Amino acid sequence: MTDTDRRELVVGGLLAGLPLLTACDAVSGSPRAQGVLQGAEPLTRRAQRALVRNALAPEYAERDISPDFRANGSVDPADAEYRRLRADGFRGYRLQVAGLVERPLSLSLVELAAMATRTQITKHDCVEGWTSIGKWTGTRLSAVLDRAGLRPEARFIVFDCFDALDQRPGGERYYESIGLDDAFHEQTILAWRMNDQPLPVRHGAPLRLRVERQLGYKHAKYIRRIEAVASFSHIGRGKGGYWEDRGYEWYAGI
Amino acid sequence: MSPVADRTLGPGRTATYRHPWLVRVTHWVNALCIAVLVMSGLQILKAHPHLYWGLASTFADPWVSFPDIPGWATLPSWRDLALGRRWHFFFAWLFVLNGALYLVWVVLSGRVRRVLEPTREDFAGLGRSLGEHARLRFPEGEAARRYNVIQKLSYLTVLLGLLPLMLATGLAMSPAMNAALPGLLELLGGRQSARTLHFLSAAGLVLFTVVHVLLVLLSGPANHLRAMITGWYVIREPTREDES
Repeated sequence: MTDTDRRELVVGGLLAGLPLLTACDAVSGSPRAQGVLQGAEPLTRRAQRALVRNALAPEYAERDISPDFRANGSVDPADAEYRRLRADGFRGYRLQVAGLVERPLSLSLVELAAMATRTQITKHDCVEGWTSIGKWTGTRLSAVLDRAGLRPEARFIVFDCFDALDQRPGGERYYESIGLDDAFHEQTILAWRMNDQPLPVRHGAPLRLRVERQLGYKHAKYIRRIEAVASFSHIGRGKGGYWEDRGYEWYAGI
Repeated sequence: MSPVADRTLGPGRTATYRHPWLVRVTHWVNALCIAVLVMSGLQILKAHPHLYWGLASTFADPWVSFPDIPGWATLPSWRDLALGRRWHFFFAWLFVLNGALYLVWVVLSGRVRRVLEPTREDFAGLGRSLGEHARLRFPEGEAARRYNVIQKLSYLTVLLGLLPLMLATGLAMSPAMNAALPGLLELLGGRQSARTLHFLSAAGLVLFTVVHVLLVLLSGPANHLRAMITGWYVIREPTREDES
C-alpha cells in the first residue's frame, strides 16, 4: 500500500463513514425528508393493489393453528360502557352502522350471526415481525354493508373501537379504516369466534375485524361502530387510523 | 474486448477502461441501498428480535434471539419502527429498479458471459487461485485485466443469488404479496422461514461486503476506487524489483 493509497483511504473513510450516520439521522428528523421517504408509499400501495386484486390470503390447516397466538395492543379495555357490556356477556351489545349509508343499522351479536358468515384459518402478521395462525368465524363485512346500503360517495369504512392504548382519561381511542376493495373482499369478516371458542377479550371481544391481506394493526379489535365515509381526514389526526396517525402506512400490505 | 483503447502511462504502467459507466453508477447506487437497507432492516428486526423457522412464530422457542441491537447500527439511531420501515421501503424500490437496470444491461450487452462467466480454464485454476488469495497475492500484468475465478464466482453468487433472494424473501413477508403469489411463500417454507432467510441473506451480503472491502484495501485501494469512479484501472507489469 502506498502513501497515496493510505491518504485516500483515510479521507474516503471520513467522507463516507461517519457523516453517513449523522446525515441519516438528520434526514430522519426532518419533516421534508420524511415526506420524500413517504413518497414511495403510493407506489408500494398501487403496485400491491395491482398485483393482489381479489386474490385470497393463504388459508391453513387445523394442525397449523398457533397454541400461543399473541395478543397485541389493548388486551383489557377500561372504557365504562365496554365494562358494562362485558359484565353482561355482550348480550346488550349493538354494532352501530352509520355514515354514508341508506339504512343506518344497530345489530346484536345474534343478528350478526344470522347473516352470511365465514370461517377461515389464516395467519396474522404483526408489523413487528411475528406471525400467529388462528381460526376465525365471523360475519362477512360485505353482508353488513349490503344490508345498510352504501351511498355512492362512500369510499372508506372506518372502525371505531372501545379501547384506548393510553387508558387514562382523554387517551385517544383506537380506530382503523379500510378501502372498499378490502371491505367487500371474501375473507374480510367481523369475527366473533376464535379457534372454535367465543372471541376472548384479549383478542377483541365482542367483534374484531379480520382483513387478511394486511398487517395486524389494521385488524381493529373491540369494534363499537362502523362508519362509511368519503374521506377520513376529519377523523383523529387524519391519517386513517391510530397507528397511521403515528407514522405507519395506511395500506399495510407489507 | 473493451471498445475503449488502453492508454500507456509510462514504462510498465497501462491504464485500461475496466468499468463502463452503467456498472459504476449502479455499483454505487447499490452500495448506498444495501447500507440503508441493512441499517433500517436492523431497526425493523429490533421490534421483534427473535427468528423462527416455519409458518408461524413459536414464541417460547426462537432459533435465535438478539439481546441488543445498538443504535449506531440502526436507521434511525433511535427506536422508531415506522420511520425504519419508510427508509426500508423507499430504498427497496431504488434497489429493485437499480438492480433490474443492471441485470438487463449485463445480460443484453453480453457482459455477463464475457466478464463474469467462469471459463473452463478458470475452473481448472480454481485451486491455484484459492492459494493465491490465501497468501494475499493478487494478479498483475495481463492477468489483472480479467476477473479471477474467485471474483467471478463470488460476484455471480451475489448478483444472481443473494440479491434476488433478498427481494424474494422480502416480498414473501408481505401479506398482500402472500395473497398474490402464494407459491413464493410455500417455496420459502412459510412466513417465519422467509423472515429468517431474509436475515440470513442480509448477513451473507454483509459478510461479502466486509471481504470485498478488505480485498480492495489489500490489493491497491486507490487503483480500485479510481476504476469504480472513472472506469480506468492501472495495470503494472511485474518487474524485477517487485519480485525481490
